[in-house]
Amino acid sequence: MDLKPMTTKERLAIPRQPMPAQDPKERIRNFREVHLGYTPELAQREAMRCIQCKDPACIKGCPVNIKIDKFIKLIAEGDFLGAVRKIKEDNILPAICGRVCPQEDQCEKVCILEKKHESVAIGNLERFVADYERETGNVELPEILPATGKRIAVIGSGPAGLSCANDLARLGHSVTVYEALHQLGGVLMYGIPEFRLPKDIVQAEIDGLKQIGVEFVTNTVVGRSVTIDELMEEEHFDAVFIGVGAGLPWFMGIPGENLLGVYSANEFLTRVNLMKAYDFPQSDTPVFDCRDKNVAVFGGGNTAMDAVRTAKRLGAEHAYIVYRRSEAEMPARKEEIDHAKNEGIEFLLLMNPIAFIGNEQQWLTGVKCIRMELGEADESGRRKPVPVKDSEFLLPIDMAVISIGNGSNPLIKQTTPEIEVSRRDTIVVDINSMATSKENVYAGGDIVTGGATVILAMGAGRTAAKAIHEKLAGQAPDFDNE
Amino acid sequence: MNNIVSAIFLAENIKKIEIHAPRIAKKRKAGQFVMIRVSEHGERIPLTIAGSDPEKGTVTLIVQGMGKSTRELNLKKEGESIHDIVGPLGTPSHIENFGTAVSIGGGVGTAIAYPTAVALKEAGNHVITINGARTKELVILENEMKAVSDEAYITTDDGSYGFHGFVTQKLQELIDSGKTINYVLAIGPIPMMKAVAEVTRPYGIPTVVSLNPVMVDGTGMCGGCRVTIDNEIRFACVDGPEFDAHKVDFKNLSDRNRMYLEEEQQSVEAFSHKCQLGQQK
Ligand SMILES: Cc1cc2nc3c(=O)[nH]c(=O)nc-3n(C[C@H](O)[C@H](O)[C@H](O)COP(=O)(O)OP(=O)(O)OC[C@H]3O[C@@H](n4cnc5c(N)ncnc54)[C@H](O)[C@@H]3O)c2cc1C
Ligand SMILES: Cc1cc2nc3c(=O)[nH]c(=O)nc-3n(C[C@H](O)[C@H](O)[C@H](O)COP(=O)(O)OP(=O)(O)OC[C@H]3O[C@@H](n4cnc5c(N)ncnc54)[C@H](O)[C@@H]3O)c2cc1C
Ligand code: SF4
Ligand code: SF4
Ligand code: FES
Repeated sequence: MDLKPMTTKERLAIPRQPMPAQDPKERIRNFREVHLGYTPELAQREAMRCIQCKDPACIKGCPVNIKIDKFIKLIAEGDFLGAVRKIKEDNILPAICGRVCPQEDQCEKVCILEKKHESVAIGNLERFVADYERETGNVELPEILPATGKRIAVIGSGPAGLSCANDLARLGHSVTVYEALHQLGGVLMYGIPEFRLPKDIVQAEIDGLKQIGVEFVTNTVVGRSVTIDELMEEEHFDAVFIGVGAGLPWFMGIPGENLLGVYSANEFLTRVNLMKAYDFPQSDTPVFDCRDKNVAVFGGGNTAMDAVRTAKRLGAEHAYIVYRRSEAEMPARKEEIDHAKNEGIEFLLLMNPIAFIGNEQQWLTGVKCIRMELGEADESGRRKPVPVKDSEFLLPIDMAVISIGNGSNPLIKQTTPEIEVSRRDTIVVDINSMATSKENVYAGGDIVTGGATVILAMGAGRTAAKAIHEKLAGQAPDFDNE
Repeated sequence: MNNIVSAIFLAENIKKIEIHAPRIAKKRKAGQFVMIRVSEHGERIPLTIAGSDPEKGTVTLIVQGMGKSTRELNLKKEGESIHDIVGPLGTPSHIENFGTAVSIGGGVGTAIAYPTAVALKEAGNHVITINGARTKELVILENEMKAVSDEAYITTDDGSYGFHGFVTQKLQELIDSGKTINYVLAIGPIPMMKAVAEVTRPYGIPTVVSLNPVMVDGTGMCGGCRVTIDNEIRFACVDGPEFDAHKVDFKNLSDRNRMYLEEEQQSVEAFSHKCQLGQQK
């Protein structure tokens, strides 16, 4: 069981193992995943860097408290399947979270090695063992408890809904997931691009849920096709979990936002990812032809990075990020910012658009921007950008993507008014159980938090599953329990 | 996959298709639409629900072949199926007893206006319908419209049938005859809707139009269907598709609908080519 007799000093002498990646020149011409993954040797060497802290800070940095020290020790010992089993006690989507978690703000931020050395590459290791399990055909079907006769409807098939469905199904409940789109997976499928999160990985997770008996119904917009009340009263579901994600994109409210060539990030990414517009005309849905054009994306989050790198891959000559603060304030994962830079994305920082300019035919031709400087810190502690006088200039662009966040989808609120929502229209829940103000209705993920992260959505889905199970376990399995 | 229960041409290039979709058939209200994908690589396109039969579990769509997706749909026959259908989407028409309500349909817009005309009649309105087409062969739903109307008019641009002229001329005539009109619904090509809005504006007659921006998801996620209403951004798939005609920026809508002209052309060419190859076999 013991680790190889290796001193802490020796461990600290090992440099952080970078993950092999496609060459930037090559990858901007394809949509394949940027990272190629660790080899077993690289993974073991990286795992040896972990000094196995007595009181591991990393665990507290992970929103779902994965037993990080333990799974890394198993990797160091070469027990990759043991490691992934350990992770799955707390996180059912390790191949996904290992790829998309903002590790530098979570587990890796507080890793003891972070200050003097570089933190252990926890995310890379997590993803390695999950890939290893899948690629070697070792994914085991989990044990399913005997059927309880209880029926739960899950609305939305993003990470919140999938994780909630998973836990409930394993506890023996009968689960049906309703999804508005024709494809399952939520943002994991229509938002985050293939080059960052291959779709067959998401599909494999969904297939796993099908195998344990979760039913999926696509093309069903709850609120319109069927209401929550109808699900409970007419279709006899005992409980409902709402995981419908964030809603309509925000626009900036500046002149020219409706010119031809101005997109929201959601629309641009949905056209390319979900509707496969990169394959037009084999695929019927078109998208602006970026080839040799200048594209600017406004914003500094993961969505903005995804949009700008997608535009580059679609052939954009210049692909800009226009962000009103400095790089330090950018909410995107650090790795994505680095990757974007390597791919030749041009960062125009401390700049704010004030108007889009178009031609006679209403096609976008440019954007008027103003330079900003950082003023005093605001309530959030971030320094507020303020415009620099007389610093306007015109940036010639052919396509713009606005990526400044989303509001909440109004449908549930409109059709089930007794579910309490906040001023921002997010659903109000008890954070310990994810219960809403309506009996036996729970909610989690972006619809509760506003745009957040995959791991938080997943954690919320699991918390709700536990609470739903506890609530229903106390009740006899019949279909009529008002 | 949803089964096509029946499919018949109403006029050249305009087909009436009945699709098995029980949940939608049960829930839909006048003014709502569905998003469909004809085939696996198809676009998601919005189509108004022209009618439904909750018992049979079917919804009826009336489709004009415009580009690739609608032409592909119009090639479908009874017994075949479409890949996806989702709905009912959009905010239902606001229906009340206004008094005298005029429903105006232009071209395939007649089909979109039809369910709302039915609902207006059921709510007790005195319903006047004006349905315009370029020429006699393109007049659709004549009998259906007559059945729900207290007064029914047909107009053709070339005078080959009914009133010779545009729907707006007929509307103006009605207004000039001293009739009190309490409500106007106008659905058709953008220039027609804009023209109707201008006819009713001076009289302050409440006028509603159904807008047809390009949509992608139709569920309030992408923001692609944004339209300008009273100088503000609104989303046709969740806030609409019906809006106050006097507040709509029609120019912006018609500009934005030109976004993919070139690509649409390309799609159609590729598609016709494929069809011809198919016929040769
Ligand atoms: C482009 C992009 C990049 C991102 N990158 C990262 C990243 O790198 N790391 C990270 O941690 N997070 C990232 N995020 C954020 C992350 O994806 C979200 O926080 C997460 O997906 C939220 O999960 P969810 O389950 O709450 O909702 P979603 O993933 O949004 O899923 C909700 C699902 O519900 C469906 N739905 C909506 N309304 C209804 C209805 N009425 N009836 C039925 N179904 C409905 C939707 O179609 C959707 O499939 C990114 C987001 C975007 C958009
Ligand atoms: C709410 C709503 C209800 C509609 N109801 C009907 C109806 O009942 N019957 C009917 O025949 N038509 C209806 N339409 C119009 C129909 O959706 C378009 O004709 C169709 O999408 C054209 O697709 P295409 O590939 O055949 O043509 P294309 O060659 O792609 O386009 C022809 C024109 O249709 C419009 N269009 C293209 N793609 C879309 C899209 N994804 N969404 C919206 N418009 C698009 C554009 O303005 C374009 O110039 C409706 C549109 C909306 C928004
Ligand atoms: S789930 Fe995310 S935060 Fe937790 S250990 Fe894995 S990468 Fe770190
Ligand atoms: S904090 Fe870092 S070194 Fe310590 S156990 Fe966690 S990963 Fe290992
Ligand atoms: S079509 Fe996407 S928000 Fe309306």
